[in-house]
Amino acid sequence: MTTATENTATGAAGDGPPLRTASMHTRTLPGWFPPVLLVACAAVVSGALFALGSFHPASATVLTALVYLIAIVVASAVVENGRKATDRLVTGIVYCCFVLAMVPLVSLLTTVVVNGVRRFDLYFLSVSMNGVIPSMDAGGVYHAIVGTLVITGIATAISVPVGLLTAIYVVEYGRGRLKAAITFFVDVMTGIPSIVAGLFVVALWIMIFGPGQTNGLAGAISLSVLMIPVVVRSSEEMLRLVPADLREASYALGVPKWLTIVKVVLPTAVAGLTTGIMLALARVIGETAPLILTAGTSSTRINANPAEGQMMSLPVFIYQQVRAMGSSGDAGVFSEERAWAAALTLILVVMLLFLAARLVSRFFSPKLGR
Amino acid sequence: MAKRIDVSDLNVYYGKFHAVENVNMTIEPRSVTAFIGSSGCGKTTFLRTLNRMHEVTPGASVTGKVMLDDIDIYDPSVDPVAVRREIGMVFQRANPFPTMSIYDNVLAGAKLNNQRISKRRADEIVERSLRDANLWDEVKNRLNKPGAGLSGGQQQRLCIARATAVEPAVLLMDEPCSALDPISTLAIEDLISKLKENYTIVIVTHNMQQAARVSDRTAFFNVEDTGKPGKLIEIGDTNKIFTKPDKKETENYITGRFG
Repeated sequence: MTTATENTATGAAGDGPPLRTASMHTRTLPGWFPPVLLVACAAVVSGALFALGSFHPASATVLTALVYLIAIVVASAVVENGRKATDRLVTGIVYCCFVLAMVPLVSLLTTVVVNGVRRFDLYFLSVSMNGVIPSMDAGGVYHAIVGTLVITGIATAISVPVGLLTAIYVVEYGRGRLKAAITFFVDVMTGIPSIVAGLFVVALWIMIFGPGQTNGLAGAISLSVLMIPVVVRSSEEMLRLVPADLREASYALGVPKWLTIVKVVLPTAVAGLTTGIMLALARVIGETAPLILTAGTSSTRINANPAEGQMMSLPVFIYQQVRAMGSSGDAGVFSEERAWAAALTLILVVMLLFLAARLVSRFFSPKLGR
Repeated sequence: MAKRIDVSDLNVYYGKFHAVENVNMTIEPRSVTAFIGSSGCGKTTFLRTLNRMHEVTPGASVTGKVMLDDIDIYDPSVDPVAVRREIGMVFQRANPFPTMSIYDNVLAGAKLNNQRISKRRADEIVERSLRDANLWDEVKNRLNKPGAGLSGGQQQRLCIARATAVEPAVLLMDEPCSALDPISTLAIEDLISKLKENYTIVIVTHNMQQAARVSDRTAFFNVEDTGKPGKLIEIGDTNKIFTKPDKKETENYITGRFG
C-alpha cells in the first residue's frame, strides 16, 4: 500500500514500462454517414438487379442488408478503428434481426386487417349463423363472441383463484417435498398438449354424464387445465419479486402472515399478476383443438348457457369456415370472408382485454411520484 | 409503557449451525442499549430473537429465555404476532410500503391489522408519530403522496414513525443509519435520544462514535472465527465500555486494533 507508485513517468528510458503514446482521439464517421450509405447501397443493389432483369423486393432487401454490412465495416475499419468497426457490424446485425422479427408480425396483422375488413361490420358482429345456408350472403359471429366470452370467462374464474392460491402456497408457505412436487407437476402441466386437455375433459364428461353430453362448461374446464399452470408460474415469479423487506416490515408491526400477504404482498405485485393472468388468458382464448372436442363445431345459434348443448367460439368458428372454403360457387367465398373477419374479431377481443389489463395495472400499481 | 427485557442462556441456531451462544443480559427500560461488534458476530441475529423476527428465516431456532417484564416471549402459549406488537423494529434499509401514501404508511400497523379508527384519532396518531420522528414539518403538506417518493433519510424516519405509531414497549433498531448521510444520521440520533424517554431502545450499530453518542449501555459481541458461534463479551455502561472495559478483546476492538 505504501510503496511509491510514481516512477513510471519519470524513470529513464528502458527501466519502466513503455509509455503508451496512442492518442485518445480517433476519427469518427459523421452521423449522417450510415443512413446515406444504406440508401446508396439500396440504390446500387436495385440498379444492378434491374440491369440483370431479376428485381424482387425480398431479394433486393436481403442483398442491400449484406452489402451495407460489408460497406460499413470496411468504411469504419479504414476511417475509425477495429473496435468501432466491430461495433458497427454488431449494430447492423441487431437492426437486421429486429426487422426480421417484425416482418411476420406486421405481415400477419396487415393480412388479417385487409382481408377481415371486407366483412367486418356491425351486422357481422350482431347476428349469428342460425338459419344461414351456405349459399347465403349473410350470417355473423355474434354467437361465437358470446361463446368465447362465456367459455374463457368461466375458465378464468376457475384458473385465477386456483392458480393464484397455488402460487401463494409455493412462495409463502411451501416447504420441502410437497412444494417440490407441486412445482414439478405444474411444470409438467405447462407442457400438456391442448388436445390432450380436451380429451381428458371429454373422458371425464363421458364418465359422469354419459356419451354425447359435452357442452360449453366442458370447454371451459379443458381451457382451465391449460390456463392454471401458466397462471401459477407467472404469479410465482411476480410474488418472488416482492422484496422480503416489505414482509418483514409488516411482521414487525405485529401483522399476521395472512394479512401481510393479502394487504402487502398482493397489492405490491398486482401489476405483474394482472399481466401474467392476461397472458394466460390470451394463450387460451385462441385454443381450438380442446373446444372442437368439447364445446362442439356445429352450433349456429346464440347459446349463452354453458351447461346446455354445444357452444360456438371464435377459433372454432374460424376453423369451421375455413373447412367450408372449398364449397362451390359463392358459398366458398362467403366462408373465406367470414373466416378472416372472425380472425380480426378475435385479435380485437384480445387487444381490448390487454388494454383493460394495462389500465388495471396502471391504476393499482405502486406509484413513485413525489 | 417501556418494559425491561431479561435474556438468560439464549442460544440461536440456523439449522445445525450454532449462530449465537449463551447470551445473558438485561436491557433497561427508558434507556438506549447499543450492540457493537464486527460483522457476522451475531448482533443482528440476536436482536431479531428479541421480537421473534428470526422465526421468519426458515430453519432458525432458539433455546433459552427472553423475559419481557414478567412474560417469557418464548413460552409456547405466546403468539409471536402479539410479541411483535409489543416490540417494534426498524430495519437497516428503509422499507416504506410502496402501495401506500405517507399517511397510510404511518397508520400501517392499524390499517394492516384491520383496526377501525376514527378519522380524528387517525389524524392525531399520524401527526404525533411524524412529530416524534422529526418528519412532520417536511411532509405535512404532502401526506397523500407515496412514501417511496421521499429521500432515504426521510424514508427511514417515516419507518420510525410507522414503528412508534403502534406504541410498542420496546423499539429495536438494526443499523438504522448505515445507509444515511451525516445530516440524516444526526436527525435520527436526536430522535433516538428523544424517544428513549418513553421507550426501551436497542440499537445495532457499526459506528462506534454513534454508540458512544446515543447509548446509555453498550454490549460488545465477538466471534472467535468464522463457523464458531458469536458470543456476548461484555455489557456495561457506555462510558465504562469505551474508557476502561473489563475484557482485553473489547479494548482491542474499541481502540481499533482489530475488526
